[in-house]
Amino acid sequence: MEWNFLAKIGRVTLNFMRAVGHLTMFTGHSVRHVFLPPFFLRLFLKQLMSIGYYSLPVVGMTALFTGMVLALQIYVGSSRFNAESAVATIVVIGLTRELAPVLSGLMVAGRVGAAIAAEIGTMRVTEQIDALVTLSTNPYKYLVAPRILAGMITLPALVLIADIIGVSGGFLVATESLGFNASSYMKNTFDFLETRDVVSGLIKASVFGFIVSLMGCYHGFNSTGGAQGVGRATTNAVVSSFILILISDYFLTVLLLD
Amino acid sequence: MTEHAKISLNNVCKSFGRKHVLNNLTLDVKAGESVVVIGGSGTGKSVMLKCILGLLTPESGEIYIDGKQIVGLPASEREASLRKTGMLFQYAALFDSLPVWENVAFGLIQAHGMKRSDARDVAIEKLALVGLGPDMANRNPSELSIGMQKRVGLARAIATNPEIIFFDEPTTGLDPIMGDVIDNLIRDCTRHLGASTLTISHDMESAQKIADRIALIYKGEVVWVGPADEIEHCGNPYVEQFVRGDIKGPIELDILKP
Repeated sequence: MEWNFLAKIGRVTLNFMRAVGHLTMFTGHSVRHVFLPPFFLRLFLKQLMSIGYYSLPVVGMTALFTGMVLALQIYVGSSRFNAESAVATIVVIGLTRELAPVLSGLMVAGRVGAAIAAEIGTMRVTEQIDALVTLSTNPYKYLVAPRILAGMITLPALVLIADIIGVSGGFLVATESLGFNASSYMKNTFDFLETRDVVSGLIKASVFGFIVSLMGCYHGFNSTGGAQGVGRATTNAVVSSFILILISDYFLTVLLLD
Repeated sequence: MTEHAKISLNNVCKSFGRKHVLNNLTLDVKAGESVVVIGGSGTGKSVMLKCILGLLTPESGEIYIDGKQIVGLPASEREASLRKTGMLFQYAALFDSLPVWENVAFGLIQAHGMKRSDARDVAIEKLALVGLGPDMANRNPSELSIGMQKRVGLARAIATNPEIIFFDEPTTGLDPIMGDVIDNLIRDCTRHLGASTLTISHDMESAQKIADRIALIYKGEVVWVGPADEIEHCGNPYVEQFVRGDIKGPIELDILKP
């Protein structure tokens, strides 16, 4: 009984180490091909559209309502110790440093990470990736590199837009329902906002974009077993992106705190 | 390695866990020759093909293409050796994100660096060779029947005028008439190109039609190889059982007896 338990722990540890090794190798190959020619500009531009432009509505909606809710909640909290004037500052710092990159990352992971895993997974199970190899085309270069590069570039752009929309949402609620003066709210927003608040959010967004694209590609690339396997790859891509975004968010916050 | 062999496999072994799929498999395809490998499901035919194409790496043995050992070659060198090959997959494996003409022209554009406009002209020419008109060029692969998809796959396989063409179960899933059409196209196209071909199939009629030589694989090794016109009178018990489709004989089936 005890030996069985030990064997189970050993098996789980070995499987975990194997998965980590496999993912590390995949990441190494993928990153290498981002920098090595030939570059597939057409595919890269297509991915910019797919990951960036088509994610705008979902990211914009998320930012707008997050900004609005944030203004309301901070107003409730700050009014308990007569610090209502801090609403604008907390909304803008909360959004730019934390909420816009994390929520945009999670929304893009749900929308794009799943789509990447499903597309590449289907290509795997229908032998399209094998066909690429037989046509002398490296699948890392053709499929993975453009997606990773596009993810790393588009997510910061989306977050910048989310910052603006989110702050506008907070402004709307503060001036229309909470009775704030529009010009003093804007003054409080920009007086205490520093460049590094925005930049740290954009750096986080770039890392999250990398994670989302990488997880989508990795799980799609390694999917097996037909339609069920593609479904599993899609779920795994989204779940692992969510977990990695939240874990890396903590470490990035510690790194970028000062 | 046999002299003048275009493809040569020497004692190739490949296992998946404890299952030995290829056991010292040895086979040659001479220049301009058409060899069909037959055998039941799970005997190692597809694994053999994947080893030649570099999609799987054998544990031991040597594989030569045009006299060059390809096992263990770096990806860039393997890509170079694959430029002289074409491949028709069992279910065509067309890229569903690209129109028909781009599927056919893929190797010309990506591997041979041809301009897109020129490659489109060549693609339309190759589509005509397999009996498809220019009106098909802009269609999406999902709009085509499986027979048409196979013809597009064949056009893609011959688009770069390869010296070696691989066919994976070319008539599987087709009605007898369409199967005959594909067989004739394979025979005509390969004669027209003077290419060496290696086909895997379990369709005896198709094999006899397109093969110069036929090899029978059983449990990962070649148990008989000889001219196509001798197969019915070769006296080999494995071949006789396979040709007759008889359950009794030296070939054991992995099915539970009632």
